[in-house]
Amino acid sequence: MGFVNRHPTIVIGGALVLAMVLIAIFAPYLWTQDPTALAPAKRTRPPSELYWFGTDMLGRDVYSRVLYGSRVSLTVGFSVAICAGAIGTAIGLISGFTRGIDAIVMRAMDGLMSIPQILLAIALMALTRASVQNVIIAISITESPRVCRLVRGVVLSLREQPYVEAAIASGTRVPVIIWKHILPNTLAPLMVQATFICASAMITEATLSFIGAGTPPIIPSWGNIMAEGRALWQVKPYIVFFPAIFLSITVLAVNLLGDGLRDALDPRLAKRL
Amino acid sequence: MLAYVARRILATIPVVLLVALFVFSLLYLAPGDPAAIIAGDQATPADVERIRASLGLDRPFAVRFFDWFWHVLNGDLGVSIFTNLPVSHMIAQRIEPTVSLMCLTLILSLTCAIPMGVIAAWKHGTWIDRLVMMTAVFGYSTPVFVVGYLLAYVFALYLDWLPVQGFTSIADGLIPFLRNLILPATALGLVYMALIARITRATMLDVLSQDYVRTAKAKGVGQRGILFIHALKNAAVPIVTIVGIGFAALIGGAVVTESVFAIPGLGRLTVDAILRRDYPVIQGVVLMFSFVYVLVNLGVDLLYTVFDPRIRY
Repeated sequence: MGFVNRHPTIVIGGALVLAMVLIAIFAPYLWTQDPTALAPAKRTRPPSELYWFGTDMLGRDVYSRVLYGSRVSLTVGFSVAICAGAIGTAIGLISGFTRGIDAIVMRAMDGLMSIPQILLAIALMALTRASVQNVIIAISITESPRVCRLVRGVVLSLREQPYVEAAIASGTRVPVIIWKHILPNTLAPLMVQATFICASAMITEATLSFIGAGTPPIIPSWGNIMAEGRALWQVKPYIVFFPAIFLSITVLAVNLLGDGLRDALDPRLAKRL
Repeated sequence: MLAYVARRILATIPVVLLVALFVFSLLYLAPGDPAAIIAGDQATPADVERIRASLGLDRPFAVRFFDWFWHVLNGDLGVSIFTNLPVSHMIAQRIEPTVSLMCLTLILSLTCAIPMGVIAAWKHGTWIDRLVMMTAVFGYSTPVFVVGYLLAYVFALYLDWLPVQGFTSIADGLIPFLRNLILPATALGLVYMALIARITRATMLDVLSQDYVRTAKAKGVGQRGILFIHALKNAAVPIVTIVGIGFAALIGGAVVTESVFAIPGLGRLTVDAILRRDYPVIQGVVLMFSFVYVLVNLGVDLLYTVFDPRIRY
């Protein structure tokens, strides 16, 4: 109980995220039907006993599509957080340690960060077919520069520390220094950053799908469902609103979790933001 | 001082070059033959050959890049595959709605968010503080188009106070202009407001605990004077930084907001270009927005010296 009182945001955020993950995993057992089953005779019915969230313009059950859509959004969110985290950490570590590469890499990262994220993701998606994989890769590329900056900052500040200097002086090879001294110090800010990247990635994926540059229309994702319901939203708003609510709650939960983690792990960071 | 300004301007040049390099490479990173992509689906082999010759694909990459970049600097962004109009012409046609939306959003966000952050910091720990912070988290978490649809549904469809979509130029009257843009500006600005309110509150908390604030209070300076003159000016640097960085979110959000509210601006142009794989238009729009973003951040860097004369690097 003490933990709950001291860190309410972690508990609330974590519980909601867990609920969404469970919904995504157990979607087939939660009274859903096939999300891609067409039934044009039953199109655009409002929410009722039979169709809890109504049906869309092709007669598909919105409730099922929303629940199955959580799989795509959560997959993209978590995958991007892991990918961007891995890529950014790798580049940041190398860049922090090698001065020559550092200058070039930092200029490249500055260049990438100068292009607004959505536009960069859109441009990358314009290069390839629409698929969940390509969306994950595209969004990871747009999120990596920030992780790279973060890790490089930690490496640069730690490199001057006496214990690291001592380790270098006593002949420890660089990979061992990275593993034993640098990485443990990056874990806390990385975890916090990863949750925010997850939230941002989910919003970006929804935005990309909404404008038609994201996941293919066959696969239900919250952005896709909203894009399809867009034409009818003035008369049948429920097609847009139910995925919108789910998306907002999930992103809110992840953000709360990130806020709570940041407050818990490093009170100094908490003061700044 | 002048040296600082010159140095900051020079520092943006490599960044601009890198952005241009990436945008230029876009066409060549795409799978398939660039000439065939530009020629489109209905082109004959003769057309493709003609386009390949005009692209000059036999010249080295660096030559092609600088030739293209030289054209960009002279205002020639290429020709759209789909409409055969010059890209710069298409952009000029649609720039007014987007600029109007962004300006209104900026004004709205700054005038709402900064006082909110200041008051939250002043009443730290009370319900006002908690309310502002919770609103900020909600604002930060809800995607732009969700807020857009929500506002449109409540204020335009249900209450019928404002038009649902569309755009009127300011030349046609201020009131219709505002009526059309107030909902999109609010939807677009919510994320921005959340970011600014949070950073304002955090920095103000830092500043308000400083000694010089206590001195000011002891001297008898009124509460408003302390908050807005002594404290805010010192807190300005991080706030202005976030204003600059958050501008990217504004640009990205504008693309979506224009879709939701049917505003005929650059965002819609981008969305249409994506769907048709109209690479010259995508290149032109991304390049333009990135340049604007770089300029905004340059302006922020230069603004630092106004707020904090100690900054001279």
